[in-house]
Amino acid sequence: MERSRRSFLKILGISTLGLGTLSSVDLLAKAGMGKAEFAPDPKGMTGKRWALVVDVKKLDEDTTQKAIEACHLIHNVPDYGDEDNEEIKWIWTDKYEHAFPGTEHEYLAAEIEEKPFLLLCNHCANPPCVRVCPTQATWQREDGIVMMDQHRCIGCRYCMAACPFGARSFNWKDPRTTYFKDKEPPNPKYPTRTKGVVEKCNLCAERLAVGEMPACVEAVQDSKAIVFGDLEDPHSEVREVLHEHFAIRRKPELGTNPNVYYIV
Amino acid sequence: MYNKGLVITGIVIFVVFFTSPFLIGLVKSGPPPEPELSPKAKLAKQCVEAKEYMVESHMQMLNDWRNEAVREGKRIYVATDGKEYTVSLQNTCMDCHSNKSKFCDQCHNYAAVNPYCWECHIAPKEKL
Repeated sequence: MERSRRSFLKILGISTLGLGTLSSVDLLAKAGMGKAEFAPDPKGMTGKRWALVVDVKKLDEDTTQKAIEACHLIHNVPDYGDEDNEEIKWIWTDKYEHAFPGTEHEYLAAEIEEKPFLLLCNHCANPPCVRVCPTQATWQREDGIVMMDQHRCIGCRYCMAACPFGARSFNWKDPRTTYFKDKEPPNPKYPTRTKGVVEKCNLCAERLAVGEMPACVEAVQDSKAIVFGDLEDPHSEVREVLHEHFAIRRKPELGTNPNVYYIV
Repeated sequence: MYNKGLVITGIVIFVVFFTSPFLIGLVKSGPPPEPELSPKAKLAKQCVEAKEYMVESHMQMLNDWRNEAVREGKRIYVATDGKEYTVSLQNTCMDCHSNKSKFCDQCHNYAAVNPYCWECHIAPKEKL
């Protein structure tokens, strides 16, 4: 039979397409083994636009450190310190003038000037990191969380260049063979990362999925210094707090629409 | 055909030489290893789906589990028998199959596949 190169390639393409699209659930159904499906956990929290409100007045140095420690322990974040500029951080502190540049001035209240501000990924409603990611390893979920899929990250670091908040860290080295070489990762239920991927705060998506509060919120819950909730829900705690207090966001002029608010 | 004998012997030598890695492998590698079940897995009698399916398609399933959990946020797997499982390699699969070296690695080494799950996911501690 004569077959042109063109038609051969067409058939080849179509047949690989057919092979590639069968999911494990399809395979089960095809083998007549019954129907399997995936579902979200009914215990999970659902929202339309998750946000955090950080009440800076209620956060002293100790509670701030508590929040950072809780997050980094739960997510197996290695503590490299500042060595070689290879620090990994999901949540960290910085001075007011660095967190809110352009709003500082010479005569800033002493209390504000020296205070360590708790900073983390802003889970922007208009996230520039998502726009630039070539593999959609970072994307915006329907509940507003800017998620990272470590499986897909190719380590190009476009997102790090795009993020105006410095919320992303790159794994220059394999945490397993460096920081966790002689010690166990603190949380055996959560993965570590590998060399060559970018990581950041995921707003505890894995905890929200089972109905738990983000780790930083939980760590400081006695002081209620960080409030978590859905901005689209007018009766949520975040909306109430924002209604009662004046709050600012980091670099709003950039138009990324951050979802982390600071009561100063 | 000129030099029939030489040409055919040449072809035979060529074929044997170029397939020798496979032939040697066939002889040397022996029968495939049987994955060993941990006591907990033995007790459970069945995995999330039937054994044959798991043997054949666990890689496809893990791929789907990963996508559904991470990207779709669907972290419950309702199996064909109606039982529900948490979609997690590290916390569900490895909770039962806690003997990674005998259950996973043996076959993967035999088949010379090198899944990079464990560069990030934490493998259970095994008593050696």
